[in-house]
Amino acid sequence: MIEQHYNFAFLDERTKKRIRRALLKAVAVPGYQVPFGSREMPFAYGWGTGGVQITASIIGQSDVLKVIDQGADDTTNAVNIRRFFERTTGVASTEKTREATLIQTRHRIPEVALTEAQILVYQVPMPEPLARLEPRRRETIKMHALSEYGLMHVRLYEDIAQLGAISRAYDYPVLVNERYLMSPSPIPKFDNPKMHMNPALQLFGAGREKRLYAVPPYTPVRSLDFEDHPFEVQKWEHACALCGATESYLDEMIVDDQGSRLFVCSDSNYCEERRDAGHVGTQLAVTLSSVLTHQSDCGIASERGAA
Amino acid sequence: MKPGVLLSARQAGKAFMQNGKPRWACRDVNFDLYPGEVLAVVGESGSGKTSLLRLLAARLACDEGSVHYEVRSEQANETDGLTDLAQMSEAQLRRLARTDWGFVEQHARDGLRMNVSGGANVGERLMALGARNYGHLRQEALSWMQRVELDTARIDDLPGTYSGGMQQRLQIARNLVTQPRLVFMDEPTTGLDVSVQARLLDMLRELVDELQLAAVVVTHDLAVARLLAQRMLVMKDGCVVEQGLTDRVLDDPQHAYTQLLVSSVLTP
Repeated sequence: MIEQHYNFAFLDERTKKRIRRALLKAVAVPGYQVPFGSREMPFAYGWGTGGVQITASIIGQSDVLKVIDQGADDTTNAVNIRRFFERTTGVASTEKTREATLIQTRHRIPEVALTEAQILVYQVPMPEPLARLEPRRRETIKMHALSEYGLMHVRLYEDIAQLGAISRAYDYPVLVNERYLMSPSPIPKFDNPKMHMNPALQLFGAGREKRLYAVPPYTPVRSLDFEDHPFEVQKWEHACALCGATESYLDEMIVDDQGSRLFVCSDSNYCEERRDAGHVGTQLAVTLSSVLTHQSDCGIASERGAA
Repeated sequence: MKPGVLLSARQAGKAFMQNGKPRWACRDVNFDLYPGEVLAVVGESGSGKTSLLRLLAARLACDEGSVHYEVRSEQANETDGLTDLAQMSEAQLRRLARTDWGFVEQHARDGLRMNVSGGANVGERLMALGARNYGHLRQEALSWMQRVELDTARIDDLPGTYSGGMQQRLQIARNLVTQPRLVFMDEPTTGLDVSVQARLLDMLRELVDELQLAAVVVTHDLAVARLLAQRMLVMKDGCVVEQGLTDRVLDDPQHAYTQLLVSSVLTP
C-alpha cells in the first residue's frame, strides 16, 4: 500500500539529487563531514532524520531494505522507519541481513559480514567527534583541516589517568584512511573493527547537525589508542542464552527482582539464523552471584592495569 | 641581517579601527632578540604592551612593518635564516606555536584546559606532536611537575582545584614540555601575592638559565624586569620611548616617562 500523495521516498527529486551530490563528495573524501541542506522530516530529531534522508535519496525500486535499531528489527524506531519506506516507496523490506541491499542502522553493525552489494546507512546524533572537547565549531573545522587530533588523545589520556582504562564503550573515535577523525555514530566499540576494510559502502547522516560523511568500501578505519593501552573490544563471560553464540555482541537484561540476568544477542536476525541452524543456548538467566564474581574479577584486573 | 638573531621586529605596528579611523595600539617597534636573551616590555596599562606581544607571537597580523623569526628547519639543528611570519601558512604558524614557542597567559585559565587533569595539560603538546605512549607521557608530566615545583601527587587533579600560583606553574610546565626556544609571557606574576611571586620568579630565572630560553616578558612591574631581563623596552602610548640594558635603563633613565616610571616605584 503506497501512499500516492508523496513523491517516491517522500523527498522531492531535487532534494534527493542534492543529497546524492553531497554523498559523492563524502565518498571522495572519506571521513570528511560534508554540510548538506537537511530537510524537516515527519520524524522528531533524534529519531534518525539524517539516516532517513540518505536512505530516501539512494533507495531504488529494486532495493531490499532492512532497518535495525539497537541490533533488532522489531523495536519502535526500526518498525517506524521500515513502515515509512514501505508506504512511500513500496520497495521490499526484509529482516534478513543477507537479503538486504540497503540497511539503515542505529547503534549496531550486523554480525553477518556485509558484501560489496550492500550499503549501510547510519543514523548519527553528533557527527563532530571533537565537539565535547572544543566547543568552537570554527576551531574544530580548522583542526580537521590541519589534521590536529592531539586533543582526542588528551581525552583518552584523561580516561586512563582517572579510570585506569579507556572507558568509552560506544561512539569510540576512529581515524579514517589515516586522515580524518570520525565519530562512528553511537555503535558499541565492539563494532569498530567491522568498519575496517569493509566491502560495503558506509554512509552516515546527521539530520539535526546537517552533516553527512562516508566510509567507502575497503577503507582503513583505525580506532585511536595508546601504544601501551591498545584498543580492545568488549568481551563477555557468558554465551547467548538463546543461540549459544560467544562471538556476538550481547545484551544484558535483568529478568527478575533477584538481579538475574539474561544474556542474548543484540542482533536479532543473527540469533534467529543460528537457532534455525540448530544452535541452542542454555535458555537460562545468569544468577546475580555469578555476575558479581565476574565483575569483581574485572575490577581487580583494571586496578592492576592502573598500577 | 645579523647572524644569530632569533626574533626581529621591524617597524612593526598594529592599528585597531575606531569610528572608522585607525588607532595605533603600537607602532614603529624595532628590536632584535638573540637566543637565550630575556627582553622585558614595560609601560603603563594601555600602552600597547600586550598588543605588541600578540604581534610577535603571530596571534595578530602586523598592519605595518613585519616580524621575523629564525625557523628551525626539519633537519636537525639547521636553520633557514629569518622568516617573515606574515609569509608563513597558518599550519606552519600553529606548528611553530606548539613546538618552538610558548605563550604564558596572564590568566592561567586562558592558557590551560580546565576540564582535563594537570597531567593531561602537560602532555597535550606532546600528544599533538604524535606521542602515543601513555607511560612516557605520564613520566614526562611527572618530571615537569617536579621541575616547576608542583606536588606530583596532584597530577590527576583538575587545574580548577589548584591555587593561582600552582595554575601559573602548570601553565609554564605545559609550555616548556616541547623544549621551546622562545617563550612569550604576558604579566606572568600579576595577581599572585608577593611571596608566591618571588618563588615563581626564582623558578623562571632558573628555567630560563637552564634551558637557554629566549623570552619576551610583558610586565608593569619593574622589579620583575630587573630580576629576569637583560634588556628592556619602555612603551608609552604605543611607541617605544626607550630601550637598552635593564640596569642602564633603570639606573639612568633618559626619557622623561621612564624617569617618572622609575621614580614611582614604592619602596617599603
